[in-house]
This record gives sequence, C-alpha cells and structure tokens, in this order.
Amino acid sequence: MAINLDKLMGFHHKALQIRTDRMEVLAGNLANANTPGYKARDIDFQKAMKSAQQSAGHNLTRTHDNHIKGSMQGTGELQFRIPNQPDTGDGNTVDVQVERNTFLDNGLRYQAGMEFLNGKIKGMKKAISGGQQ
Amino acid sequence: MSLFNVMDIASTGMSAQSVRLNTTASNVANANSVSSSYDATYKARHAVFAAELNQASGQQNPGSKVKVLGIVESSKPLQVEYSPGHPMSDENGYIYKPNVNVVEEMANMMSASKAYETNVQVADTTKRIFRRVLRLGQGQ
Repeated sequence: MAINLDKLMGFHHKALQIRTDRMEVLAGNLANANTPGYKARDIDFQKAMKSAQQSAGHNLTRTHDNHIKGSMQGTGELQFRIPNQPDTGDGNTVDVQVERNTFLDNGLRYQAGMEFLNGKIKGMKKAISGGQQ
Repeated sequence: MSLFNVMDIASTGMSAQSVRLNTTASNVANANSVSSSYDATYKARHAVFAAELNQASGQQNPGSKVKVLGIVESSKPLQVEYSPGHPMSDENGYIYKPNVNVVEEMANMMSASKAYETNVQVADTTKRIFRRVLRLGQGQ
C-alpha cells in the first residue's frame, strides 16, 4: 500500500483550518468590542468539523457553460452568539471576557492540533529514514 | 492564509482604539479651554466605530475588521458662566466653557486602553502560533 500523505494529514489539517477561521472570528469580535450595533459571532467547531469531513462545501450544479459558478463552504457554521446581557445600551453584544477566554482556549487547541501534526510528521520521517539518524 | 487576517483585524482594532485615546486626550486637555463665543468654544469629540464589511468580491472572510467612521463633536449644551472680570468674557460678561465631562472621559480612556491591550494580546498569541507553524516538522 502506498503511503498517502493526504490521509496522514487530512483530519488535523481540517481541524487547524477551522481553528484558524474561528480565531479570525474571535479576533473580529475583540476588535469590535466597542462598535455600536456589532453582534458577536462564533463558529460551532463541532458542526464545522462535521461538514468538513463530509466533503466540505456545497456547490451549485452547472448544466450549462453559462451558468454561474456558486459554492459555499466553511463559514456556514458562523452563528451569532447569544448575549448574557440582552441590552448594553448600544446594541453591542461582545462580552470581552468571554471572547478573550474563548480566544485563548481556541489558541491552545490550535497548538494541540499542531502537536498532533508534528507527531505525525515525526512518525513519517522515522518511517522514511528507517529509524536511522 | 487566514492567520494573517487575524493580525490585520487586531491591528485595525489597535488603530481604532488609539484614535479613541487621541480624542480622549484632546478632550481632557481642552476641558478648561475657555472662549468668548459659543462657536469658538471647544466641543467634546468622540470617535464613531463601525464594523468593516467584507469586500463583495473575492472570498469572504469570517472575521470583521473595525474602522473609524469619523469623529463627531458632542452636541451637549456648553457651560455658560457669568464672569465679567474674566479676560475672555464677551460684551455681556459671559464666558463659554467646553461641554467636556472629565469623569466620562477618564472612564472612556480606561475602556480604550483595556480594549487596546486586548488587541495586543490577540496579536501576540497569533505571533506565537505563527512561530509554531513555522517550526512544524522540524527537529527529530
């Protein structure tokens, strides 16, 4: 059986991609912590992972060359956060503490994902070199 | 690579908060700038933030940047004081003081500096993760 690097990386690669997207969303929330009317958003990791595993993305079927290409992927799981405080006076629903913790948590999990990938790469290197230095 | 976007977002947050700090500094500095007419008096300035919409073309980014829409002058009434002996008083003996609420400005300043700090931390975390990505697969 041939070694498939794509299969080796596949799962963790997708997980890291979602983690990066989530990090971006959370950074956006934190940057907009004082923007009136801004609604905090987040990515549901579980749902995103599920849809990433089931061959990510939804494409429009094109039966003619003139049809417009349409595809949607990744950020479909982007949802608004349910605020702890319904009314803050300016319509902003960002809770900085919650966002910071979530950002930190997400960052740590990203690093954990990197460790997994690192382990896979190390294993593969060992397999290639036959355990010799 | 969207890690760069995280950096971008954090930096827009930082620059927006520094505009806010700037207006606060200017308000506090001018809190006692007396003048002799209504129009010439300093009025408290405030930055207005808005979430930047994603570009319509190209791929959609999940996070949104922040931008400063503009700076508005407060429309609160000025403090008019009767003080005929003041060198800046008008012909009726009134002086005009800015509508700056110093306590409000101090609270604003703390909020802005906290928000700035948060954005710095976001950028810092992103940098650390970047480093790790660059080291991926290195070493035995």
